[in-house]
Amino acid sequence: MSSIDATEEPEVGAEATDDSANVMIQFDGVVKQFGDNVVLRELDFSVSPGEFVTLIGPSGSGKTTILRLLMTLEKVNGGTIQVDGEYLSHMYRGDKLVPADEKHLTKVRKRIGMVFQQFNLFPNMNVLQNITEAPIRVLGLPKSDAEERAKDLLDMVGLGEKVTAHPTQLSGGQQQRVAIARALAMRPDVLLLDEVTSALDPELVAGVLNVLKEIASTTDITFLCVTHEMGFAKDVSDRVLMFDQGQIIEDASPDKLFTEPEHERTREFLHAVIDRA
Amino acid sequence: MLDNFGYFWEVVLKGLPYTVYATLGGIAITIVLSVIAGLALLSGSRTVRFISRIYVEGFRGTSELVQLFWIALALPILIGFQLVPLWAGILVLGLNHGAYGAEVVRGAVQSVPKAQVEGAVALNFTPAQRMRRVILPQAFIETLPPFNNLFIQLLKSTALLALVSVPEMTKQAEELRPIFGGQVGVIYLIILVLYFALSVVITFVMRLLERAAARRLGRRPVKHDTLSDPLAGMPVGGSALGGKP
Ligand SMILES: Nc1ncnc2c1ncn2[C@@H]1O[C@H](COP(=O)(O)OP(=O)(O)O)[C@@H](O)[C@H]1O
Ligand SMILES: [Mg+2]
Repeated sequence: MSSIDATEEPEVGAEATDDSANVMIQFDGVVKQFGDNVVLRELDFSVSPGEFVTLIGPSGSGKTTILRLLMTLEKVNGGTIQVDGEYLSHMYRGDKLVPADEKHLTKVRKRIGMVFQQFNLFPNMNVLQNITEAPIRVLGLPKSDAEERAKDLLDMVGLGEKVTAHPTQLSGGQQQRVAIARALAMRPDVLLLDEVTSALDPELVAGVLNVLKEIASTTDITFLCVTHEMGFAKDVSDRVLMFDQGQIIEDASPDKLFTEPEHERTREFLHAVIDRA
Repeated sequence: MLDNFGYFWEVVLKGLPYTVYATLGGIAITIVLSVIAGLALLSGSRTVRFISRIYVEGFRGTSELVQLFWIALALPILIGFQLVPLWAGILVLGLNHGAYGAEVVRGAVQSVPKAQVEGAVALNFTPAQRMRRVILPQAFIETLPPFNNLFIQLLKSTALLALVSVPEMTKQAEELRPIFGGQVGVIYLIILVLYFALSVVITFVMRLLERAAARRLGRRPVKHDTLSDPLAGMPVGGSALGGKP
């Protein structure tokens, strides 16, 4: 199947007239509310292809919601989201923009992968099957190809020995590395990381972060990452967004944001996080 | 008084195959209907949910015995076609217990953590693949204890088939009663013991399935109290599980 080729180039000539060629993720006036609780108020931001962007901000500020919207696990209440110039939350019916249906979601979701705080590995499958199931069923890869790729990925995350293990036989850190391999097996253009080390024992955090650093530096995947690991964020991010009350209050390079933040709120937040660590 | 015991035993045992057929047939239909109606109860379509709800409430809310009379006795008059009594019985047992089983399947599917579904969405599985590859394999184990109960109830309900002249165990005992009226105690004791033995077999099989399912999900073997657990004390592959404490 040719559809799995993640290296597809954007249409030739598109960049000449349209700067969407340089935007992988685009939020335009996105509103998200749960009942009366308005979580995102007209949020605008964009991420370039290959960029590593970290979202920081207090608990409950809507960071997870942003990732879940991108993963199509939630629906917007207003505004639009585009991924690589294609509407995610909406689709064209004729020339009218209407909310996306399942078929459209399946098509655009192909570009995006996500790693969850709690890993979400499938307990009814062993490690290898966790990684190969989607490539076989969704991408239509032959089983042998999917397994070969899965084993390469397991080697990369340092779990080459655990092919036939059951997820419950692994430590949290190992499970999370399997989850990362599982997401990568789908060759996403965008990888969403939601506090992927928050559920881990402290001594297991570094192993997972090192794997992510390695992936970030050796692939051209676009990352949107929520983390409280400020050292990691500083090392790998191209840009850091400070998020509070449904709005981005600061958008800067990690060097700038972590050393001389402009906003009082950012300063307070960084103090709180660093004190806690 | 026990002179006739051998004869009673022989007569009642002739009914055993019918009881077993009715039980197995009823269980097969129950499983199929439970899955179909259970998933239909969770359908996105209101119409599908409504139809399934009517089936479930209809069969749960009316008497099994009357359902049996309907299909075995009334229906033939209405449509002029007589089902073999055993088949009519199996059908009613399946329809009736399938209505209860639908709720079991619905509950089991809903018990699978939402995070599992979201993990499957993130891998771009279609809704059908999510159900087939992720949710149902995990829901399966949850259905086993309630299905164990349901199958035992179904076994006991096969006695109703005596009323439409299926020569199962209870019917066989009924045949003996007018002749050996003074010894009904012995006669009924025999069939009680046989029903009990069959229910132990059902529980045994279901516990085996539960163990296998738990192992597949990387869970520790399910603990049951020793009295009701036919596998109690038997070695299990606990060490092979190596589950994280
Ligand atoms: N499914 C939901 N239903 C209701 N409220 C929700 C739901 N998900 C998130 N919220 C609310 O949205 C807000 C933002 O949550 P979240 O995006 O998880 O924040 P963060 O990841 O920054 O901690 C919180 O107030 C939370 O209670
Ligand atoms: Mg969060």
